[in-house]
This record gives sequence, C-alpha cells and structure tokens, in this order.
Amino acid sequence: MTSKQIERRFEIFKTVVAVLLALGLALVVISFVSESPAEAIVAFMTGPFQRASRISNIIEVMTPLMFTGVAICILYQANQFSMIGEGAFLIGANLCTWFAVTHENWAGLPLMLTVMVIAIVAGVTVSIVPAVLKVKFRANEVVSSIMMNYVILKISDYLFYYHFRDVASGQQASFPIPAQIKLPKLIPGLRLHAGIIIGLVLAVLAYFFIYRTKWGYEIRMVGANQNFAKYSGISVLSVALSTQLIGGGIAGLGGAVEILGRYDRFIWFGTQPGFGFDGVLVGVLAKNNPLLVPVAAFLLAYMRTGADVMNRVSDVPIEFVDVVQGLIILFVAAEMFLAKYKHKLIVNNAKKQLEAKEAAK
Amino acid sequence: MSLLSQIFDLLLTPAFAASVLRITTPILFAALGGLMARRCGIMNLALEGSMLTASLFAVIASAFAKKAVLGGVSAAQADPALVSKATTVGIIAGFIVGTLAGIAICMFLAYMAVGLRADAYLAGLAINTMATGGTVFILYMAAGEKGISSSLDSCSMPFINIPGLKDIPVLGEIFSGQNLMTYFAWICVAVVYFIIFKTATGLRIRAVGENPNAAESVGVNVKKVQYQAMALSGLFCGFGGVSLSMSYVQFFSRGMTAGKGFIGMSAMNLGNASPVGTAIAAFLFGFFDAMGNVMQSLAIPVQFVQAIPYVATLVGLVVFAIASDNKVKKLKAKQGK
Repeated sequence: MTSKQIERRFEIFKTVVAVLLALGLALVVISFVSESPAEAIVAFMTGPFQRASRISNIIEVMTPLMFTGVAICILYQANQFSMIGEGAFLIGANLCTWFAVTHENWAGLPLMLTVMVIAIVAGVTVSIVPAVLKVKFRANEVVSSIMMNYVILKISDYLFYYHFRDVASGQQASFPIPAQIKLPKLIPGLRLHAGIIIGLVLAVLAYFFIYRTKWGYEIRMVGANQNFAKYSGISVLSVALSTQLIGGGIAGLGGAVEILGRYDRFIWFGTQPGFGFDGVLVGVLAKNNPLLVPVAAFLLAYMRTGADVMNRVSDVPIEFVDVVQGLIILFVAAEMFLAKYKHKLIVNNAKKQLEAKEAAK
Repeated sequence: MSLLSQIFDLLLTPAFAASVLRITTPILFAALGGLMARRCGIMNLALEGSMLTASLFAVIASAFAKKAVLGGVSAAQADPALVSKATTVGIIAGFIVGTLAGIAICMFLAYMAVGLRADAYLAGLAINTMATGGTVFILYMAAGEKGISSSLDSCSMPFINIPGLKDIPVLGEIFSGQNLMTYFAWICVAVVYFIIFKTATGLRIRAVGENPNAAESVGVNVKKVQYQAMALSGLFCGFGGVSLSMSYVQFFSRGMTAGKGFIGMSAMNLGNASPVGTAIAAFLFGFFDAMGNVMQSLAIPVQFVQAIPYVATLVGLVVFAIASDNKVKKLKAKQGK
C-alpha cells in the first residue's frame, strides 16, 4: 500500500471517528440532562427508522441539504468560502413562489420549469455581489456573503409581506402554490417527493463536472494551489467568479425544489431557514466530493429526524443537534486530530515495505 | 421632499444621537475583538458565537448570584439594603462570568486553529453553529424556556449620569445617562491602541500577524502570542456579550447577536484593523442601525430600513478597497519618481 492510499483511507476513517465521537458526546450530554436518558437515546437513535413515514421524512429533510451541500462542494473545491447558499436558497424559493402564485393559470410543466429557471437565475444573481466584491475589490467573501444573506432575507421578507402574502390564510403564509406544479409523490401515502431524484442527478452531474471536465480541473487546481494555477495560465479570478455563481444557482434551484416538493405555501418570514449553513456540514463531511453528498446529507437528516423524535417523546430540546453538527465539523476540519495515529500508520507501512524488500534480497 | 425632511427631523434629535452611541456599543466591542484576532493573523469568525455565549452566561450568572444572595426571599419583599447588595453581586457575577465565557469560546477557536490546525473559517462557522443551538439548549436547561430568559431575574450594568455634563442641554442628553458599558467600549478603544502599539506583547502580536515565520526566526513563540491575542479577542467579545444582555435589555433572547459579530468584523475590515479607524467604522454602522430603528415610523417598508446596516457594510467594503487601491497607486507613483 502506498502512503497516498493510506492517507485516503485515513481520511474516511477520521470522518467516521469524528461522527461517532460527536454522537458519543451527544449521548453523554443527553444522559446528563435528561431524566429518562435511556428513553431519549433510544428515541434519538432508532426513532427515525421506526415508521415508514419517518424514513420518508429523513429523505425529505435530506433533499434540500443535497443542493446546498453540492453548492458548497463546488465552492470549497475552489477555496471560495462563500456562504451565499443560504441567501440564494431563500431568494430562489421566494421568487419561485411569487411567480407561481401569480401565474396560476399556466399549464403544469411549463410553469414548473419556468419557476425553476427563475430560482436558478435568482440564486446566480444574488451571488454576483459577494463574487464581484471578492474578484474586483478583494473583499473577504465570507463576511460579504453573510452580509448579503441578511440583505436577501430583508428583500425576501419585503416581497413576501407586500406582494404575495395571503392575508386570509390566518397565518404568515403566501397564497397557495398551484397544485399542477407540485413535485409528484414517489410512494403513495408517503410525503416523499421527486426532489430527491433531482438532487441525486445533480450530485452525479456535479461529480462529473468537477472531476471529469477541464473547467472542473481548473477549479480543483485553484483550490489546491492558487499560484500553481495562475502560473499554468488558469484565470484564478474567473474561476472564483464562476464557482460562486454556479454555487448560488444550485442553491437557488434547491429553494425551488424544496418549495415545490414539500410546502403548500411559502412560509419563511423573518428568519433564515438555515439550509446554507447546514450545507457547510454536508460539504465538509463529503470531503467536497459531490458523490458523497447524498451520504452526508442522509446522516445529517437522520440526526435531525432523530432529534425531532426525541424532542417530542422526551425532555431533551432539539437544538442540541446544532452542537453535534458543529462538533463534527470541528473534528473533521482539525488537521491534527488523530494525526499521530496517521503518522504511525504510514511509518509502519514504510517499515513493512522495507522489510519485504530486505526479505526479497 | 417631505419624506426627506421627515427623515432629517428624526435624525437631528439628541435622542437619536444617544441611540447611535447605545447601538454602537456591542458592534464596537465585536470590532475590537476582531481587531485583536486579525492583528495576530487569525480571522475570528466566532465573534458572533462568542458574544452570544457571553450574553447568555452573563444573564444566567447574574440571575443565580442575585437569587443566592437574596436567599429565597423575593426581591419585592426583601430588605432594600439586601436587594441592593444582591444586585451588586449579580452585576459583578454576570460581568465576570459573561466575559469568561466570551474568552473561553475564542480560546476554543484558537485551540482548534492554532493547536489542531483546523481551518479558522470552518472552525469559526462551526463554533457559531454550536453557539446558536447550544445557547438555546443551555437556556432551556437553566430556565425551561427556549426563546427569552424572562423567568431569570438578571441585573443590568449601571447607567451613569455625568455630573456637570448632564445639565448641559443637548450634549447632556446625548453623552450623559448612557450605560456603563457604552463608556467602557470607548475606553477600550484607547486600551486596544495602547496594547497594540505601546506594549511588547502588542509588538509581538503585530509581528506574528504580519509574518509568522519572520517572528519565529527572531525567537517569538508564535503559538503563545496567538493564544494571547485570541484571549484578548475573547475578552472584548465577552464585554460585547455583556453589553447586549446586561445594559439596555436585561434578558437573553435566542440569536440576540443578530449578525452584530459579523458587522463588527466588517467594521474592523473597514477600519483596516487600526483601533481608531475601526472605532469610526463601528460608529458608522451604529449610525445606520439606529437610523433603521427610527425610520420604522415612516411610510417606508420596514425591511428596507432594516437592510441599511448590511448594505452599508457591503458598500463600506467597496469604498475601503477603492481607497486602499488609490493609496497603493500613489505610493507606486512616488517610487516611480
């Protein structure tokens, strides 16, 4: 085995350890704070699989995470730490709803495709701001994209409140989304919708884009070594710009899919739905490889669903999932975490190879 | 035209000027925290989480300390002397514990970034996620609530009437009667200036931030200096957290930082990590934020007004970039001669 193979295997091992460790810590915390820890832990771990409706729920929850996760993969491959996925997702969902509720009389398929294109364009458009600020003015894209997300939230709130809020609905909700453009349900009786298929196709396409195209190669080069990329004649600036716009577009599409698949009305008002931030965890867990995004998204969705079940049957609040989520990112991101073990693996392997050589003589 | 004059009427009042100072306070603390981190070469995105955690722990500590001193007697029935003693203890406990919580979060980030060599951006975002959920979790454990800590009877830092100044008509209304933390924030600007430019530690922090390898080659312990700077960063975040939950409001509410950490970060960027520039930028952001508040009474959709500070931040980043480009051009032109 070469050192490179060991390193690759080690990365997978480390991610698994990180997840298990974070979950383990979570269980310790639960057993301290809960009055009936056993019940809470069982609800958390096995609750999500107890009913078909809950399994369907996991897949429903993972669908939007796949879009923001793929967006993050593409961004992080090029070392662009833009958080615009959050805002792009929201504005995509918002504008898609607005168009849909004002063009109810359109036929199903044309309207569905139109609102999806609108969502993508909206996502790309809002990503222009942090991308151009970064490329043209060298402004840090983390700060500017987070600021942009707040601006987008306010724009979304404004559009919703003044333009397509259904006052008669008795709640903070938009006019109902026309039935003809709802994504079809996959299994009768369950809420599971076709969004997951779009997400899976997207993940595969993104994989080919990153690993099998010239453009994707440029993106990876810029991420691996910006100077090397520059001296090889790759335009670092255009890669930075294009990845941020692509990421925004994908997140925007995610917003539309979420709305058309899961909701009857647009209901996000006043707070960010948070899918962009969750996408960071998915991207980090997937090691920026879109093919692994479904796995990472499933894991997060499983934890979310488990926490939700636990929240209902025991006294542990759901918010503790955020802590677990943060811990996982920290463990995976920490270069020195388990570094000694990795070192030992590589040294032992080298020794073995030397011995084998000696023996062959 | 009438709208414009309405706006001016709202802005040209002493009450508005006073509210600018009030709103600037947490932003300024966050900006100073970001400044210390940036000076040692770390981008501290956990300002937000650090402030949030600090404001929660300040409320919890002050409420529990007050309760402990009162010893089960309700504040309404207790002896006034005992109540005032309990309040004092509560204030001190809240201030200390809140500040320590802020420091702890930033030291945690420092450990991740410096000790375990995690990417500082990712670690910062992760810590913010943990703080967002963790604070609600802890609040629920401590008070049984998930939104606002209204069942915790916490204290506030004192409001200061400055003798002499408070009787001067306009100036008195603006500068007197503010919370202690507001005055303290501006004192901290001077303290930061002193630490950065007048102490050996400050020199080391700047050296590490400019070029860690060069600093190491002359015998500076880079890691130690980064930990020191991050502890100072946490100190100011802690103050910022205390100023959020223990001055103009006396409660913690979920996500109460609402991006103030990031705005502080932008102010620091805008001020190019110089203490005075950062303070001026923070003041500007405070101004726009306050403007957003008073303009809510006008016939403009409230969302547009609320977006002002964030748009201002984006514009500020551009203005700063253009200004520094021009500076470089000028320097180059000079060298050309």
